[in-house]
Amino acid sequence: MVKTLPKVDVVTVGVGWTGGIIAAECAKAGLKVVGLERGEERGTADYLKVHDEYRYAVRYELMQNLSKETITIRNNRKMSALPMRQLGSFLLGEGLGGSGTHWNGHTWRFYPYDFQIKSMTEEKYGANKLSKDYQLQDWGITYDEMEPYFYKYEQTIGLSGEDKNPFLKRKDPFPTPPMKRTPILKKFEKATSDLGYSPFMLPSANLSEAYTNPDGQAISACQYCGFCERFGCEYGAKSSPEVTVVPTAMKTGNFETRFHANVVEVMKTGNKVTGVRYLNTLSGEEFIQPAEVVVLTSYIFNNAKLLMVSKIGEQYDPATGKGTLGKNYCYQILPGATGFFEDQMNTFMGAGALGMTIDDFNADNFDHSNLDFIHGGSLSITQTGARPIESNPIQKDTPTWGSEFKKESIYNYTRTLSIGAQGASMPHKENFLSLDGRYKDAYGIPLLQMTYNFTEQDRALHSYISEKAAEIMKEMGAKTVEGRSPITEYDIVNYQTTHNTGGTVMGASPDISVVNSYLQHWDAENLFVVGAGNFAHNGGYNPTGTVGALAYRCAEGIINYSKKGGSLV
Amino acid sequence: MDQKEKKNITRRDFLKTTGVATGALIGGGLIGGLVGYNMNKDEAGSTKNGTGSNEHGTQTGNAGWRFFRTNQEYDIVANATERIYPKDDLGPGAFELGVPNFIDNQLAGEYGSNAKEYMQGPFEVGAPTQGYQSRLTRSEIFRQGIKTIEAEAQKRFDTGFSSLEGAQMDEILTALQKDEIPMAGVTSGFFFRLLRKATLEGAYSDPMYNGNVNMDGWKMKGFPGHQMAYINVIEEEKFQKIEPQSLGGH
Repeated sequence: MVKTLPKVDVVTVGVGWTGGIIAAECAKAGLKVVGLERGEERGTADYLKVHDEYRYAVRYELMQNLSKETITIRNNRKMSALPMRQLGSFLLGEGLGGSGTHWNGHTWRFYPYDFQIKSMTEEKYGANKLSKDYQLQDWGITYDEMEPYFYKYEQTIGLSGEDKNPFLKRKDPFPTPPMKRTPILKKFEKATSDLGYSPFMLPSANLSEAYTNPDGQAISACQYCGFCERFGCEYGAKSSPEVTVVPTAMKTGNFETRFHANVVEVMKTGNKVTGVRYLNTLSGEEFIQPAEVVVLTSYIFNNAKLLMVSKIGEQYDPATGKGTLGKNYCYQILPGATGFFEDQMNTFMGAGALGMTIDDFNADNFDHSNLDFIHGGSLSITQTGARPIESNPIQKDTPTWGSEFKKESIYNYTRTLSIGAQGASMPHKENFLSLDGRYKDAYGIPLLQMTYNFTEQDRALHSYISEKAAEIMKEMGAKTVEGRSPITEYDIVNYQTTHNTGGTVMGASPDISVVNSYLQHWDAENLFVVGAGNFAHNGGYNPTGTVGALAYRCAEGIINYSKKGGSLV
Repeated sequence: MDQKEKKNITRRDFLKTTGVATGALIGGGLIGGLVGYNMNKDEAGSTKNGTGSNEHGTQTGNAGWRFFRTNQEYDIVANATERIYPKDDLGPGAFELGVPNFIDNQLAGEYGSNAKEYMQGPFEVGAPTQGYQSRLTRSEIFRQGIKTIEAEAQKRFDTGFSSLEGAQMDEILTALQKDEIPMAGVTSGFFFRLLRKATLEGAYSDPMYNGNVNMDGWKMKGFPGHQMAYINVIEEEKFQKIEPQSLGGH
């Protein structure tokens, strides 16, 4: 029996960065907000014994339990899609804070070029720079319009950085100074400067000093313990929803979080949604939560899936090009190089976002006239803390087990550095999300299906930037340098990155997008869909800074909508 | 020999008996004959850090099994993991690091039963890019894999795996790695990768998981384990040698 609960102003599906930001802003504005979180409550106190590589980094303590729900995967439409049975390529979050609990804290603003990629590429390189199979589109918003939201997110998290990126003008200062320039970072700084590039400290949400944000939330100073990505922070020094926006929402008295609440349907009548149906996964009870406004704030896959199972919007079909839901799924391309050195370095120390970057090969900061790809990626060295189970660096011709493996991997552990790029990923007509016809989750609902492979654009970008990375590594003094092997087929086995984007893209028109520039659904004015799913392509940076900014813009839209109603654009 | 005497066999005795002390680390079977022996590691000062130690010291041999049923199963895993991560002049190999015990414990828990993974059918082989598609759990794969290793030893050399010379063991492990040995519901290459990964996990996880005995895995690698902060030393040019600390010992 389904129990219908009293109506609220706003219900969010998921309480991570986007749900937390929406909740905080709406609750501060006096709206009554309920956050439905399918995972557990958790916070800083739970991470006191978190320095456990096996439990957290290898067995994925904080990640989604795939026995309940996963996705299916195939490389192209001819293949039979099969379930992702184990986590690998990307790590889905679950629980209060979502992926914002176990992120590394690299926080960027996408470039002006990103928001207007189609117009700017065509203007400079003509309409045929990439083939028609690449579905480039503008985002329906400009960088200048986004800038105040970027800054708002940066103030909320206390972002630590320095305004030295010559390719991006900032109106506002970083809230806190950059992290420490360690000897490892200095090697990169000198080498890239000598090569004529412009290195700067990576903007970090592991804070360089204690900070109190405009909402009055205190964030501690990072201790450089080396356990950051895949872990929660025992100091509360990594900005996460639990130490910022969630307590901000709570202290208004207008916000309630319900845990173990798994939303299975968005309910729609006419051109409005009426609320959501969810299960309490502990008791098995089923509820309907009516709301004036429904906001999908879970990870990109679940946001897309909920729209699909609720039959809201038209599913994208690559055969006809019709439909918008599920299109422009993108990933992140990861060029780079590894250097093997002779001197021992403190590779085991670090912080998630301790790094230096050059942007000389990002966005359209370099000329692509004679290149067979567009965009690029930020190239960084990071010192995140190499841990012994997962860090066994060996050169390509070394056996992967036995005595030589043991000797080499132990020798190299403190003598190996990597440079890596967050490479942009362009939408291709054959890369998309849909519903699976065979496999179901623990609640009998179809799994989301991913159809994805790397493209010619990806391969060209990867090999070009990997070469640049190898040159820098040589300049840094590595005895042996290995550029990353060229990419061929996408596979879900090895960890690559949790930067999945697209599927519920934003844009200026309902013909090409699912939501408008306030992330308001074109087919239901009181439904908002927020996250990296809104990206029309993935840029050359980690996504969270742009996701946070979009959430602030969306919150502003919801507050306006709650007063006036109607379309916000 | 009664139980108490067994427990007091020292590490030196173990090494002497097996020829390890004299550097004769080629012969196989050095571990096999010694299942059930606890090596007293008190001399290495290893007992206080929550490594699953008993009152006599850290166990490396048989402290009771949760997954293995026979000495033979234990021996095969002990020998195979030792070939993957051997004892050398840097320090102990998988066996002395307690890797077989780590694997035993893990196979009996969530890891062994794939508790957090999607295990609903239908099952298809799929492309390599689609990852793990076996209907078998890790504990089922290990059980079958161990039998496969033993059968292959009998087939190739007319004797059990744990009696083989090191090079012969390597031949079988290489055949597994290259997918040359048929298994049901899983490839031998997949089993080998699982075994290799579990070996490294056992060698380098916190000692509370019953591997990485005496934190020797960390010591060999220069990893200090659980440290609260590096804020005061991270700007040092010089490599910092820091005495490792386990979570349990903290």
